[in-house]
Amino acid sequence: MARLQHFSFLRDLATRWDVLALVLVVGLVAFLGEASRNLLEPLSQLKATPLSLDPSRLPEYATRTTLRMLAALALSLLFTFTYATWAAKSERAGKLLVPILDILQSVPILGFISITVVFFLSLVPGRVLGAEFAAVFAIFTSQAWNMAFSFYQSLRTVPAELSEAADSFMLTPWMRFWQLEVPFAMPALIWNMMMSMSGGWFFVVASESISVGQTNIALPGIGSYIALAIAQRNLTGIGWAIAAMLIVILLYDQLLFRPLVAWADRFRVEQEPGARAPKSWVLTMLRRARLVAWLTRVAYAGIRFVSRLGPRRVFTPPRKDKSGRAAERLLFAVLSALVLGALWRIARVLLAGTTPHEALGVIGLALMTMTRVFVLIGLASLIWVPVGVWVGMRPRAARIVQPVAQFLAAFPANLLFPVAVYGIVTWNLNADVWLSPLMILGTQWYILFNVIAGASAMPGELRSVASNFGIRGWLWWRKVALPGVVPYYVTGAITASGGSWNAAIVAELANWGGTRVQAHGLGAYIAEATAAGDFHRIVLGIATMSVFIVTINRLFWRRLYYYAERKFRLT
Amino acid sequence: MTGDSLLTVSGVRKTYPKADAGDLLVLEGVDLALTQGEIVGLLGRSGSGKSTLLRLIAGLTGPSAGSIRYLGQDVRGPSPGIAMVFQSFALFPWLTVFENVALGLEAQRLPKTQIRERSLQAIDLIGLDGFESAYPRELSGGMRQRVGFARALVVHPNILLMDEPFSALDVLTAETLRTDFLDLWSEGRMPIKGVILVTHNIEEAVLMCDRILVFGSNPGRIVSEIAVSLPQPRDRLDPTFRDLVERIYVEMTARPSAGTPAGRTEWFPGHGIASVLPRVSSNLLSGLMETVAASPFNGTADLPKIASDLQMQIDDLFPVAETLQMMRFAEIEGGDLKLTEAGLRFANAELPERKGIFAQQLLRYVPLAAHVCRILDERASHTAPKARFIDELEDSMGDEEAEQTLRAIISWGRYAELFAYDDQNLLFSLENPS
Repeated sequence: MARLQHFSFLRDLATRWDVLALVLVVGLVAFLGEASRNLLEPLSQLKATPLSLDPSRLPEYATRTTLRMLAALALSLLFTFTYATWAAKSERAGKLLVPILDILQSVPILGFISITVVFFLSLVPGRVLGAEFAAVFAIFTSQAWNMAFSFYQSLRTVPAELSEAADSFMLTPWMRFWQLEVPFAMPALIWNMMMSMSGGWFFVVASESISVGQTNIALPGIGSYIALAIAQRNLTGIGWAIAAMLIVILLYDQLLFRPLVAWADRFRVEQEPGARAPKSWVLTMLRRARLVAWLTRVAYAGIRFVSRLGPRRVFTPPRKDKSGRAAERLLFAVLSALVLGALWRIARVLLAGTTPHEALGVIGLALMTMTRVFVLIGLASLIWVPVGVWVGMRPRAARIVQPVAQFLAAFPANLLFPVAVYGIVTWNLNADVWLSPLMILGTQWYILFNVIAGASAMPGELRSVASNFGIRGWLWWRKVALPGVVPYYVTGAITASGGSWNAAIVAELANWGGTRVQAHGLGAYIAEATAAGDFHRIVLGIATMSVFIVTINRLFWRRLYYYAERKFRLT
Repeated sequence: MTGDSLLTVSGVRKTYPKADAGDLLVLEGVDLALTQGEIVGLLGRSGSGKSTLLRLIAGLTGPSAGSIRYLGQDVRGPSPGIAMVFQSFALFPWLTVFENVALGLEAQRLPKTQIRERSLQAIDLIGLDGFESAYPRELSGGMRQRVGFARALVVHPNILLMDEPFSALDVLTAETLRTDFLDLWSEGRMPIKGVILVTHNIEEAVLMCDRILVFGSNPGRIVSEIAVSLPQPRDRLDPTFRDLVERIYVEMTARPSAGTPAGRTEWFPGHGIASVLPRVSSNLLSGLMETVAASPFNGTADLPKIASDLQMQIDDLFPVAETLQMMRFAEIEGGDLKLTEAGLRFANAELPERKGIFAQQLLRYVPLAAHVCRILDERASHTAPKARFIDELEDSMGDEEAEQTLRAIISWGRYAELFAYDDQNLLFSLENPS
């Protein structure tokens, strides 16, 4: 029995896994120390040590960027555990909190960066810390919402009998959270963390190098490096940045996510046999190293101790509790007041700084961006749906394509600015048309991901029937392959569409050194307003974009999704 | 109250709020007493509220009226003296066997050494030695349910509640587990003083229980109490055992009230077109009629016999038999299923003729079917949206029941070729699709 092996690592202290593990752990500590060293330095220090395009500085920059993303991920987890839990546990609060989350998911936070920067800089005046906060916050806003949503969904779908078992053995709410709810939510949460990480790269570039009106801040990091390379028209620099990103993404995958996925496999509730368990060399190492095993045992004991803390509860079945209801009502009132206040502020800003004429113009721009998004989604679907089906039906191909697509999804559009600007200027092309592909650069992969997932989930029997009857060619696509992947495709298209709106802020306005190419659209409008520090126009642009995204989601995508679910569900 | 009474339930009523308005009555006027040293069985079909009663006793939910007293104290929530074994085992897949068993003790914050000692003891008792570090997914169904038992016993409860604990297992495994449990129980090796077992398996109830409470539906209530005084271990082939099983079948198929005028839907809750109908496929209906018409039954079948011949639980068999009775394809009397003249004609006919007979019985005896046809006839377009009927049904039943009822009518109507239904557009029509 494993749990009876006390301290046997003392006998032969180190396995080769131990050596590897030790190197990794010490490396991690050194890495944390290095990156947090100059947080408290004054802001002027940044100006004194300007960024350099020397590739030898890239490891340091990459380290710092990585740390920012990790900090944002930790924040997102904290937010997930609190906000989503609250929304799921309190029915009344959930009624408001869930739609808020839905809106937050659709609001183009990219446009808000300028505002949040001002806020965070004023929190810690004159220190680098403020700018770091702003950057981490921006990345956080790209990661948190879908994680919270996934956790909320999991909390709402904890199997009834497990929940009853927890009740009948009188687990305290605190124990219940850590022993039942978090483990149950873990697989979906980790998957969403991976998606969030990909999405976060897009924001890294935008958040590290910030210019609001007169203020210019460039935090040392890959994002700033890319911005500088673009400003100096340095193609080699761009190449180095891409290489550094690739390495960081690979390391993240191998050192963090793969072990997490393999570890979380035990938390899957459905226990179908035959499915291959995910593997990870890092996890194997951590499990084989005795030192690590001993450390985890100590950590587990700690967790168990913590989970037994908290008030000893006298459980009462959920009857109508007057005082609890009053408290919730109060809370609800406060939240409603906040919402009303926010509405009032938005209205005041808009009424003071903009004219109805301008507002009409903005709606026109939004319509242009909308056309672009829909056309691009259509084009991307034409390409990626057949490819996805082909790949999904070949497991070996899927294993190669998935990680590549994951890397491409993390690829910020800015990196292709040189190509786009050069091409448009050289051949004198129409920017309204040829800048558009940048919008879908990072988001089209969601379509591919989901179609691959759908095609590989198609029951083997259905495919056998098709080949048995000799169904081939167009008939096969029309009657077998496409209907099978429709629900998955719609999910992917929804994500891609939302992401493309957000990307428009970056993609409709491209710079390469001093050359600047601009398309007509809402994204360019917001980007311009941000560069000019024009607060009223930023708010107008973002409000319009939010309204457009939410409306399109409600009226188009959501309906399409329910339709697809009903008609094409394979059960 | 006698001195060794463990639990008394008196006048318990339970309602659940319905989505739109009103309450759904699940249990009404339930009285029950559990004394030391007895196993009481709650026997009934799904929907008779027996599982709800178990959850009330476990303190997982509270009664709407009446009282539940454990050792003279009102049950106000889960108590360490009452433990439960679940139908689907309800093990935490991320915890090992040992951790699953220890969980209940950790919640009670016992010292670590005591948790270890008692958990290993329970694992030992229930025959899980050597599996301490296995995860549930590595175990067979029978082993998983053993973990479920160990987890319940480890907290040293006075009362053990079992919610159909053997119904998710195959016949052989279930029998082994039952025998093991009864051995431990009769040798007094388990720390429990009384057992309440929920089941829909009549033989299981007669095999295990000292007293059986038979539940009726709509609303759930106790319709009769049967004492089983056979000595343990009991023999299924013993004539007294068979007689008891037969008697319970008769009890459970007794007609709730004398025939109501509005058709023969009295088996199902509600009246006339608002009767809640079960989803029974036409294949099952014709299959049962064919079986009963053929030898050795030749038109009249003993229900326990046919249940064991067809390997059907009462939850599967009764709705089919009662649907046949509703359409007057058969009569149920004294635990026997007897085909009517229409039933015999149907069983001996070819498919097109069968459809005709089915359509006739459906129109004559199922008011909702006639209603749908009449509406379609009256309308100029000969079509009607599904929502029209759903709305009508929801006036007198919950939305899930309305959906289930309409689905049943759609399936029977399609088989009888009375009307067509297009699920894409949610539309009923008289025309068949071209």
